[in-house]
Amino acid sequence: MSLLRVENLTVALPPGADRAHAVEGISLTLEAGEILCVVGESGSGKSITANAVMGLLPKGLPVKSGALELLGQDLRGLASEELRKLRGDRMAMIFQEPMTALNPLMRVGDQIAEALQVHGAGGNAAARVQELLAAVNLPDPAAIAKSHPFRLSGGQRQRVMIAMALALEPALLIADEPTTALDVTTQMQILRLIREIQSRRGTGVLFITHDFGVVAEIADRVAVMQHGRIVEQGNAAQVLNAPEHPYTKALIAAVPKGAAERDLPPPAPELLRVLGLRKTYSRGGWFSGRVSVPAIQDADFSLARGETLGVVGESGSGKSTLARCIVKLVVPEAGEIRFDGTDLRPLSRAGWKPYRSRVQMIFQDPYASLNPRRLVGEAIAEGPITHGLPRAEALDRARELLALVQLDPSAMARYPHEFSGGQRQRIGIARALAMRPELLIADEPVSALDVSVQAQVLALLADIRKKFGLTMLFITHDLRVAAQICDRVAVMSRGAIVEMGPTSEVFANPRHAYTQALLASIPGRGWTAPAAA
Amino acid sequence: MEAGKLPGFLARRLLKAVAVVLAIVICNFFLVHAAPGDPASVMAGQSGAADAVFMEQLRRQFGLDQPLHVQLWIYLKSVLTLDLGFSHRQQMGVAALIMERLPATLLLTGAAFAFAVVGGVTLGALAAQRVGSWADSFITILALTFYATPLFWVGLMLVLVFSVWLEWLPSFGMSSVGAGYEGWAHVWDVAQHLLLPALTLGLFYLAVYARLTRATMLEVQDQDFVKTARAKGVPEGRITRAHVLRNAMLPVITFAGIQAGQLVGGSILVETVFAWPGIGRLAFEALLARDYAVLLGVFFCTSVIVVLFNLATDLLYAIIDPRVEVG
Repeated sequence: MSLLRVENLTVALPPGADRAHAVEGISLTLEAGEILCVVGESGSGKSITANAVMGLLPKGLPVKSGALELLGQDLRGLASEELRKLRGDRMAMIFQEPMTALNPLMRVGDQIAEALQVHGAGGNAAARVQELLAAVNLPDPAAIAKSHPFRLSGGQRQRVMIAMALALEPALLIADEPTTALDVTTQMQILRLIREIQSRRGTGVLFITHDFGVVAEIADRVAVMQHGRIVEQGNAAQVLNAPEHPYTKALIAAVPKGAAERDLPPPAPELLRVLGLRKTYSRGGWFSGRVSVPAIQDADFSLARGETLGVVGESGSGKSTLARCIVKLVVPEAGEIRFDGTDLRPLSRAGWKPYRSRVQMIFQDPYASLNPRRLVGEAIAEGPITHGLPRAEALDRARELLALVQLDPSAMARYPHEFSGGQRQRIGIARALAMRPELLIADEPVSALDVSVQAQVLALLADIRKKFGLTMLFITHDLRVAAQICDRVAVMSRGAIVEMGPTSEVFANPRHAYTQALLASIPGRGWTAPAAA
Repeated sequence: MEAGKLPGFLARRLLKAVAVVLAIVICNFFLVHAAPGDPASVMAGQSGAADAVFMEQLRRQFGLDQPLHVQLWIYLKSVLTLDLGFSHRQQMGVAALIMERLPATLLLTGAAFAFAVVGGVTLGALAAQRVGSWADSFITILALTFYATPLFWVGLMLVLVFSVWLEWLPSFGMSSVGAGYEGWAHVWDVAQHLLLPALTLGLFYLAVYARLTRATMLEVQDQDFVKTARAKGVPEGRITRAHVLRNAMLPVITFAGIQAGQLVGGSILVETVFAWPGIGRLAFEALLARDYAVLLGVFFCTSVIVVLFNLATDLLYAIIDPRVEVG
C-alpha cells in the first residue's frame, strides 16, 4: 500500500479561464520515506495538486474526477470534518511565504500548540512545543516559543512552520515551494533539515518546486508538470540527466549553467568608478533614540566600458541600495561616483539631467515597474520626449525597440496588464534602451520570472549588450545567473564588498569565507545540467 | 510591545498630551472671543432695559474691559490650577456644573459606544462569514441605510414610533419626572429613557463598524496564515475567532478610538432632541447665552477626553498588535 496515491485527478477551472481544467488526469504515488518533487513553471497546476490532496482547494476549483488515497483511505469520500481531523495529524503542509504564513498576532509557541490542541493532543503542549523547536535546530526554544513571528527571520519562521507541520508526526508532508522566498544559504539549511527529518521519521514528502537545482539536491523521484498535466515522471537521476519529454529537456536546458570559462573583454577605458561610497539608514524621532543601519560601507569598484559586473549577495546585503545610489534614487552620504570622469554625487537635480539618459535602470518587478494606466508605446517614448526628442521620432524609436526585444509592434497601443511577466520585462528593457544609455543597471531583472522565460530574457540582455557595447551593472541574488552573464562579480555581505574578481576565478577559487559559504549553498551544485540535445 | 518600555512611553505621551491640551485651550479662547457679542450684551438684552452705563458696569464686573491678552493670561493661570471659572448666568462654578452634567453624557455615550462596537462587529462578522448570501445583503443594506440617514431624523422617527405610536418608551429626559423611584426601579427607569437616545447616537457608528469589520474580515480570510491554520486542522469556528477576527479587529480599534473621542462632543444633537441633561446641551445653552466660562470649560473638558482616548487607543493597539513599537 502506498502512502499517497493520486489517480486520474482532474480539477476544473471556473468557466472563462484560459483552459478548462487546472489539472487533468494527474496520477502519482508516494511511498513512505520518499521525496517526490513536482516541478513545473507557474500556472502548471502543481500547487493545485497539493491543495487537492489536503482538501484545501478554493470553492471555485472543484475536484471533478479521480481518486485520492492516503494510507489506503479514500480522501474524496470523507466528510469535511473527517478530512479536517486528518489535516495536521496524518498529513501536514508548509508554504512558500514564511513571512505571511504565521498569524502575526499570536506567539509562535501558541501556534504550534494549537496544532496539538485541535487534535486533542494538547496535554503537555508547552513541553512538546520546545521539543519540536529544538528538533528543527532553533536556538533557545523557550525564547523562540514566546516570540511573535515578526521577531524571527525568514529562515527561522520556516523552521517554525516545519516544527508546526511535524507536531503530530504526520505520515505525509507537503512542501509547497518552501525555500523559494529564502536566501540561498538559508535555503540550503532548510533543505538539509527536511531531508534529515524525513529520513529520521520515514515521512513521505511531496515537494513542490520550480527550481531544478533544488530537485537535484533533494528528490528521490520527480514528476514534471506542464499546463495541468504530468508530462514526465521517474527517478531523479534519470529525469535530471536523461530527460525524455521535450518540455523537460527545454526546462533543464534553461537552467543557468555554472561559470563558463570566458575570455575577459579586452582592456577598455573606465566608464564608472565608485570610491568609498557609504549609505546609512537611520530611524528615530524627537523623543526616542536613533537607530542606524549601515546599508553600504565604503564600497569601491570600477566598471570598464563594455563590461558586465555582477553584484551578488543575500537579501539585506545592500546590493540594491548600491544600484540605487548610482542613479541617485538613494542619496549616499559619502564617497565618489565618477561617471566618465565626473563625480555625480554632488550634482544638483539640474546638473544630473544630462546624465539621466546615459545611465538607465531595469527593475525587478515587471508588474510594478510599469504604469498600468499608460500605453506601452507612451511609456517607452516618455523618457526621450522629456529629454527633448520630437514625439513622432520618439514613437518611431519605441517601435524599433519593441522589435529589438522581440515584441510585436502592435504592443505600442496596448496596456501593460495585457502582457505576461517575461513580456513586461522586455518592455522594461526597451524603456531603458530608449534613452540610448551607456550604463545599464539591472536590479534583479529575472528574479520574478519562470526559468524558461528567465533564460530568454538573459539571452536578450547578452545580445543587446553585444550589439550596443553596453556597460552593465547586474544585481542578482542568484549565483547561477551571475555566473552565466557577468564578466566579473562583486560579492556583498552586510553592506561591504567582501570579494571581487573575474567570475570564473571567484567561482573556482573563492577566497572569502562568505563567498565559499554562498557557493556551497547553490542547490544541486553536484549536478550539471546535460547539454541540450 | 515590551513591558519594560511602558513607563517611559506613558511619560513621554502624557507630556505631549499636556502640550496639546494647552494649545487647544489657547485656540479655544481666541475662537470664543472672535464671535460677535459678549455676555454683557446678552444679559443686558435679557434684563429688558439697559443703558451704556449698566453695560459698562457689567463688563467691568466680569473683567471684560481688560485687554484680550490680559484676559487670556488670567484664564490660563486659572486653568492651570484647574479652576474653570464661574458661570454668572447659572450662578455656579463651571467645574461643578460640568461634573454635574458629565455622568449623564458618559452614560449615554458609553451605552451608544458599546452598542455600536458590539453590534457592528457582530453584524460585520456575520456578513463576512455568509458573504454573498441574503443575510450578507440584508446586513449590508441595513448598514448602508444607517450610514446615510441623518442622526436627528433617526431620533425623531424613533420617538414617533416607540414613544408616540407604540407608547413603549419615554421620549425625553433621563428619568420620569416626579416618580421618585428608588434602587432597581430607578435603574430600570433610566434604562428605558436611555434606550432611544443611545440607539440614535450609536446607529451611525454601528454601520461604520459593520462595514469595516466585513471588509477587513474578507481581506484577512484570504491571507496565508488562515490557510496555515486550515492546513493544521483547526476547526472553522476557531479559525474565525482566533485567527480571522482578531486580525480584523485592528482597523476597528483605530476607528473606535476616533469615535470614543468624538462621543462626548458629538452628542449635542441627540441630547437636544431627547432633552438629555448632559454636557452637550450645557454647551449648546452656553453658546446661545454667550456664557464664555462654561463654553471654555466644556471645550477644555472634551479636549482632555479626546487626548486621553487617543492615548488609550495607542496603548491598546500596542498591546494587541505586538508589531507596534511604543516609543
